[in-house]
Amino acid sequence: MLMKGDNMIKEYTQLDKIEGPLIILSGVENVSYDEIVEIRTKSGVKHGKVVQLYKDKAIVQVFEPTSGLSVKDVSVKFTGNPLTISLSKDILGRVFNGIGEPIDGGGNVFGGVKRDVNGRPMNPVAREYPRNFIQTGISAIDCLTTLIRGQKLPVFSGNGLPHNELAAQIVKQAKISDEENGEFAIVFAAMGLKHDDAQFFLKSFEESGVLQRVVMFLNLADDPVVERIITPRCALTAAEYLAFEENMHILVIMTDMTSYCEALREISSAKEEVPGRKGYPGYLYSDLASLYERAGMMKTSKGSITQIPILTMPNDDITNPIPDLTGYITEGQIVLSRDIYQRNVYPPINILPSLSRLAKDGIGEGYTREDHPGLANQIFAAYSKVQEVKALSQVIGEDELSDIDKKYLQFGKAFEYEFLNQSFDENRSMEETLDLGWKVLSILPESELDRIDSKLIEKYYRRG
Amino acid sequence: MGDKTGVIIYINGPVIKADNMQDFRMREMVTVSDKKLIGEVISIDGSIGTIQVYEETSGLKVGQKVYGTGKPLSLKLGPGIIGNIFDGIERPLNYIYKKSGNFIGEGIGLASIDLSHIWKTDISVNIGDELKEGDVFGAVQETPLIKHYLMVPPGISGKVIFKVDNGNYNMEEVLVKLEKGNASFELKMYQEWPIRTPRPIKQRLPIQKPLITGQRVIDTFFPIAKGGTAAIPGGFGTGKTMTQHQIAKWSDADIIVYVGCGERGNEMTEVLEDFPKLIDPVSGLSLMNRTILIANTSNMPVAAREASIYTGVTIAEYFRDMGYNVAVMADSTSRWAEALREISGRLEEMPAEEGYPAYLPSRLAEFYERAGYVKTLCDKEASVTIIGAVSPAGGDFSEPVTQNTKRFVNVFLGLDRKLAYARHYPAINWLSSYSGYLTSLEEWYKDNVAEDMMELRGEMLSILQEESDLLEVVKLVGEDVLPDDQRLTLEIAKVIKIGYLQQNAFHKEDTYVPLNKQYEMLKIIDLLYKESKEAIKEGIPISKVKSPEIYEKVVKMKYTIPNEYKNEFDDLSNEIKSYFEGLMHTYDMNAYER
Repeated sequence: MLMKGDNMIKEYTQLDKIEGPLIILSGVENVSYDEIVEIRTKSGVKHGKVVQLYKDKAIVQVFEPTSGLSVKDVSVKFTGNPLTISLSKDILGRVFNGIGEPIDGGGNVFGGVKRDVNGRPMNPVAREYPRNFIQTGISAIDCLTTLIRGQKLPVFSGNGLPHNELAAQIVKQAKISDEENGEFAIVFAAMGLKHDDAQFFLKSFEESGVLQRVVMFLNLADDPVVERIITPRCALTAAEYLAFEENMHILVIMTDMTSYCEALREISSAKEEVPGRKGYPGYLYSDLASLYERAGMMKTSKGSITQIPILTMPNDDITNPIPDLTGYITEGQIVLSRDIYQRNVYPPINILPSLSRLAKDGIGEGYTREDHPGLANQIFAAYSKVQEVKALSQVIGEDELSDIDKKYLQFGKAFEYEFLNQSFDENRSMEETLDLGWKVLSILPESELDRIDSKLIEKYYRRG
Repeated sequence: MGDKTGVIIYINGPVIKADNMQDFRMREMVTVSDKKLIGEVISIDGSIGTIQVYEETSGLKVGQKVYGTGKPLSLKLGPGIIGNIFDGIERPLNYIYKKSGNFIGEGIGLASIDLSHIWKTDISVNIGDELKEGDVFGAVQETPLIKHYLMVPPGISGKVIFKVDNGNYNMEEVLVKLEKGNASFELKMYQEWPIRTPRPIKQRLPIQKPLITGQRVIDTFFPIAKGGTAAIPGGFGTGKTMTQHQIAKWSDADIIVYVGCGERGNEMTEVLEDFPKLIDPVSGLSLMNRTILIANTSNMPVAAREASIYTGVTIAEYFRDMGYNVAVMADSTSRWAEALREISGRLEEMPAEEGYPAYLPSRLAEFYERAGYVKTLCDKEASVTIIGAVSPAGGDFSEPVTQNTKRFVNVFLGLDRKLAYARHYPAINWLSSYSGYLTSLEEWYKDNVAEDMMELRGEMLSILQEESDLLEVVKLVGEDVLPDDQRLTLEIAKVIKIGYLQQNAFHKEDTYVPLNKQYEMLKIIDLLYKESKEAIKEGIPISKVKSPEIYEKVVKMKYTIPNEYKNEFDDLSNEIKSYFEGLMHTYDMNAYER
C-alpha cells in the first residue's frame, strides 16, 4: 500500500501498555522506524520516537516523563519524520531545552532550515585532517595535550573536581587566539547539569563577553531523564549547521556525559535489552561514537567543530565503561586528578594518562616552536620517573635517595607548582608556556634529557 | 531468482525480520525497501527470515518489501581496488561522496569498483590453450607498483575459444571465452567472490620468511612472519593505531589492506592525506600505490562493521592469488566483536561471557585462519598476514576478545599503559609479548642477517628480564645499595630501552630501520655490555665504567648513524674499545702504584 499524502495521518486513541519511558500501541499502520510521535493528553503534548516495530505493534520511547499518562484519553499521532530542529544564525545567544525548544522567551526560530538531529556519518573522504592548534592559555594543555581545531578532547573528571572551571577558562581564553579566520561560537549542551553549575557557566560566559555567541541546550538535573538522549544531538546538529553551513569555528562543550550514559542505560533496561558491562547497553560504544564523531573539519567548508565533552568518572575509576569507551573514540583525553587537586594545584591535570592524539601533527616547527615535541616528550618521561622516585622515597625515606633522584623530586614539585599551577584568570602564551617548561626541566642535569635533540638542548637548556 | 520478495514485520535497529522468506537462502544478500538498503539474511525460521541491514534503518516501515539477489554478500574483485577507500561492503567512499555529499546517506545501492573504467590490458593466452582455475590470462598495470593479474575464477576451467587483442577495455568487456564440454564461460576483467568464504589455494606451506617492519622491537624481538597472525592489544592511548600505521607504512609486504573497523574518522583521513606523500623505502614510489583502505568508522552502521573485516581479508586473498604478499591490518577487532555482540543482542541470543555471543571464539578462529603462507592455484608462493588490533575494555587483557584472540594468533604484542604514560613508544611490553615464529624464522635470520642475530636477541632479552627482577629490589631499597655488576645490568637495560626499543615514528631516520642496522646496533650494545662487565670484574667502580659520553653515544646512535651507514658502527665500536682499554690501563697503573 502506498501513502497518499499527509492527510492520511491517522490518530490512535488507545495504548496497550505504558512501561517507564516506553509506550506500546497496536493496530498501527504505515509507521516508520525512528519517526517522531506526538502524544496529546489533557495536560499537554509529549514527544517520542519509534524504537521498535513488530507487525502492527509499535514501541515508542517518550522523551518526557510518562507519569500522568493513561492508556485511554490520549491521542497519538505519527508524524512520519525523524526529529528535526529549526536552525538559522539567529540561534546564537539563545537558550533551548533538552529537545531543542526555546525556553528563553524569545519565541521560535523562524526562517531557517530544518535538520534531522540524528545527523549522518561524515564521509572520511570529505573530512579535512585537523592541524591547527588552539591556544587555551593553560600550560598543561597547550604544552602537553595540545588542543587542535576540529578535535574531540574530553575532560575526565570526578565529582567535586574543577572541571567546570577548566571548561569555562578554555572558553574564555581560546577565543582570543582565534581572530583571523572566521567567526567563533560556542554550543553548550548540558545533560543532567545541576542548576548552580548551569548558573556558573552562564555567569562565566557573561563575564568573558561571549554570551551572544553561545547557543545553549539545557537539560538540568531535575529535567526528564529521557530528554537527555536528545540534548547532545540537538546541540551537535546546531554546531554542524553553524560550522559547515555558516563557516564558523564552533567549540562544543557537553557536560555531563556520565548523566547521558546513565539515561541510555535506564532506557535500555526498560526495553529489556541484554546488558553489557555494568548494565550499560552493548551499543554504548556506537551510540557515543555517533556523538563524538560529529567533531571535525571538512574540505568544503572553512568551519570546524571542536568538542570538549566533560564526564565525571564514577568513583574516579578510569576503567569504568563511560571513560573507557569515550577514550577509545575521542582523540585523547585530559584527566583530572583528585590527588593533585588536594595539593592545591589548579588545574589538577594528571598529565601521564592525559593525551592529545592530534598534537603530533599540530605542534613543532611551523606550528608552535621547534622544541615543543621534544620538550613535551621529555616532561612526560621525567614526570613518570618522578612517580617512581616518589614511591621509592616512601619506602626508604627521602634522605636515602640518590642525588639524581632528589633532583627528580625537586623537578616534580616545580613542575606541579610552577608549570601546572596557574590561576583561573591567568592566560599564558605558548611562548611563555614553553619557556616555563624549560625552566622546570633545567632542574634536571643535562645528561638526563634523553628525549630531546642535542642541538635544541644546547639552545634552550638553562645552565647554572 | 531476483523476483523473490519478503515482507517486513519487525524492525529493531540494524536487525529486521520479514515474512514470506522461505525461498531465501542463508547469508543471501538482499535489498530492503524501495531505498534499496543492503542487507544479509542471517537466519531463517520457517517463513520468517532475519536480516541484518548494512545501512541506517531510519524510516523503514512494516509491510515494505525485501528483495532477494540470489547470491551471497560478495565483492567485485578487479582492477581499481588499489589506492581506493571503501566502506565495509566495498562501496567506494568517493562514489558515495559524489552521490550524497559530505555526509553518508542511505540508499546508495550496490556500488563497487568502477566498471566503466578503461584499462590497458595485456592478454597472455592463445586460442586453444587449456586453462584451469586460478590461471592467469592477462594483466593490467593497476598502479606503478602493482601489476594486476587477471585470473580464471575458482571453479572454472576450459579451452580458450575466444580472446581479444591487447588493448584498452572496460571492465564489462568479455576478454576471453573458455569452453569445457558443452559449457562455456566468459571471463571479464573482474570476478565476484562471497566475503565469508576463503578463496581456494593449492596448499599451505610452512612459515619461512619474516614480515620486515623496520620496527626494532618487532623485527628483532617479536618477529611477525609473512603469512602469520599477530594481535596488538592495548588500552586507549597506548598506540595501537600508531603501531598499525607504522607497519602499514614500512613493512615489506607488496600490498597493504588497512581495515579501519569502528575507529575514528580522522584516522582514516590521516591515512588518506599522509600515505600518498610517503615514499616506500623499497620502490621509491608513493605508498598509496600499494594500499587499500576499508573504512567503517565508529559512527557508520554497525552491521557493515561486522562485514568489513571479511571484505578486507577477501580482497587480500584475491591479491595473494596473484602471487603477492599481502598484509591485512584490522583496527580494531574488538569493534568487530562488539558489532557481533550488538547484533546478537538484538537477536536475543543467549549471551556467553560479558554479553558476547558463544560463537565469538569460532568466528575469531575462522578469521585468523584465513592468514597463511601458501602455494596459490597458479603455483606461486604468496601470503596473507593478519595483524589485528584489540581494544580491551578497561585495558584489561583478561576480557574475552583478548583472551580468545590470544588462542588463535602466534604473535602477541601487548601494549602497556605504563610505558605509554612515560611516552615510551612503541609501548610494546617486552616481558608479556611473544612471537611463536622464532624457531621457524631462525634459519632465515641466520642466512639473511647474521649468524648470531637471534643469540644477541636472547642475550638482550635476558638482560631486560634480569632488570625487571632487580627493579623489584630497587623499589624496596634504592639503586645505590646494589653491587656494581647488578647496577651495570640496570644501566645496560636502560640503554636497550631508550637506545633500542624506543623508536621515534616522527624522526626521518628512526621511523624505519633496516635489519642490518638493527643488527649493528645490537652488536654495539652487546660490546658495551661485555666491555663494561669486564671492567667491573677488574674492580673498576661503576661510576668510572659508565662514561656518560660513551653511553650517550650508544643511546643516540639510532639518530646519529644513518640507515645507509658506512663505517660509523666500526668507528663507534673502536671508540668503545679504546675507552675501555684506556680505563683498564689507568686502573692497572694505579693498582701498580699502590
